[in-house]
Amino acid sequence: MLEIRWHSRAGQGAVTGAKGLADVVSRTGKFVQAFAFYGSAKRGAAMTAYNRVDDEEILNHEKFMHPDYVLVIDPGLTYTADITAHEKDSTKYIITTHLSKDELVAGQPKLEGKDVYVVDCMQISLDTIGRAIPNTPMLGALMKVSGMFELDYFQDAMKSVLSKFPQKVIDANMAAIERAYNSVK
Amino acid sequence: MAEKMELNEVEVWDGNMAASQALRQAQVDVVAAYPITPSTPIVQNYSSFLANGYIDGEFVMVESEHAAMSGCVGAAAAGGRVATATSSQGFALMAEVLYQASGMRLPIVLTVVNRALAAPLNVNGDHSDMYLGRDSGWIQLDAFNSQQAYDLTLMAFRIGEDHSVRLPVMVHQDGFITSHTAENVKPLSDDEAYAFVGEYKPMNAMLDLAKPVTYGVQTEEDWHFEHKARQHADLMTKVFGKVEEVFEAFEEKTGRKYNIVEEYMMDDAEVAIIALGTTVETAEMVARMMREVGIKAGVVSPRLFRPWPYEQIKKALSKVKAVACLDRSSPNGALGALYNEVTASLYQSDNRPVVTNYIYGLGGRDFTIDHAKEIFKELDANAKEGRPTTPLQQFVGLRGPKLSFY
Repeated sequence: MLEIRWHSRAGQGAVTGAKGLADVVSRTGKFVQAFAFYGSAKRGAAMTAYNRVDDEEILNHEKFMHPDYVLVIDPGLTYTADITAHEKDSTKYIITTHLSKDELVAGQPKLEGKDVYVVDCMQISLDTIGRAIPNTPMLGALMKVSGMFELDYFQDAMKSVLSKFPQKVIDANMAAIERAYNSVK
Repeated sequence: MAEKMELNEVEVWDGNMAASQALRQAQVDVVAAYPITPSTPIVQNYSSFLANGYIDGEFVMVESEHAAMSGCVGAAAAGGRVATATSSQGFALMAEVLYQASGMRLPIVLTVVNRALAAPLNVNGDHSDMYLGRDSGWIQLDAFNSQQAYDLTLMAFRIGEDHSVRLPVMVHQDGFITSHTAENVKPLSDDEAYAFVGEYKPMNAMLDLAKPVTYGVQTEEDWHFEHKARQHADLMTKVFGKVEEVFEAFEEKTGRKYNIVEEYMMDDAEVAIIALGTTVETAEMVARMMREVGIKAGVVSPRLFRPWPYEQIKKALSKVKAVACLDRSSPNGALGALYNEVTASLYQSDNRPVVTNYIYGLGGRDFTIDHAKEIFKELDANAKEGRPTTPLQQFVGLRGPKLSFY
């Protein structure tokens, strides 16, 4: 069982990202879950979203998890949210930031000694999609760090997930995924 | 003519999308609705299907849930296939009209996304609204995941609309944990789904002007009792067979098997959890874990909550030594509803297991693997002692000092 926790602000697309990932993964015959804690959260409020992936049908409906990956798509949440909650020794962190890894860890000592990767999903989405929607670039970074799928395969699968959108939007998302894939460190 | 939607063999749908796709495929004549969290997307998806040409029927936005169910009653009495969706406070506001619908024997399908009842206000999932409906004269089916929400919604039409039944049907799913969790769902094609549900055959339609009928009449002490008794008798005698028949037909079509009471590893189980909703699946997973540490655990879950399956529950628990009834609703001054129903079912049984009650998960409080493990361990102790080793009613996952009664 692979478990992923997203830290996001409502409106940044974590739920869409989690569902998109679930959709892509399901096409390989695996079983998936994508869910979120909403409450009465308003746009901009800190929130978490989750993925589970397994080879067998997923019966577990608890919200609690020890994540294999923590994806932070809003830079501020590294400092204000409990992003290391219920971590494992092997938990990998992929964090949206304009800082280098060393600068980030210096500013958030909780990440000292952890498996941390940085990628500037905000700048990437602004440059490619034209809006601060950091979810698809984060998926590109996750593909690189996890080795879950080759870039080409993932992009093709995401194209069909996004097929209801205009071609321009699909192209922009593909560019965002590729740039994040190549720039995550 | 409605357009057909191309669906993948496996879709990744949340429970809301699953329910709205089933409503679309059933080609409902009238949906009258007033959206409420967490069932809002059912109505929202449905209206967008309609706007995009995938539905021929009418969609009526009304001013409240009371009006929504009233619109459904009117449309069903007129002779149409009718459905809607609601949750929580909306369900509570519908309550008056729920009794009208079942008393007039109108086969409306209501997809209920279970949510807590205020106060305090809470949008998350528990079974308070489902339990509120249990004396309303409706048939209540319970889904434990998104696939089942889809399957049972399709089957609900065929069960309720059958002329031997003619009763409204609720299909329940857990708020957020099912309704907003995207999972693998294998849908039928539009043609297959509609062929399974079948064309609606109205009975005593008000729009059949050749045969005038009256709905919603007044009967006092002269006839009221007979009407209510007949409705109860039909619930007690006609529904089980029809549900089984529809479950079998569905299995033939899809390979997916449903039972009035679902049993998991009960062949040799010594202890069992009885629960509803998503908790069933979590408990099933934990039952497997318990067997690795030597506790013969199983899970029993009523797929049909009303009418209550006394015989099937009795049979499912005929060999077990200790049972935990898990209620996700505050009983407010009693033991939980599942506890009461299960102990009543067992009172006539040769097997008399130790039965205890757990209240959990109110307002969306997480029900974890660790909670389920703890319950199975307590059951194991009860089974070994042959008597309750814990208080009869305990609260699980509650902060503060442990709360228990009796």
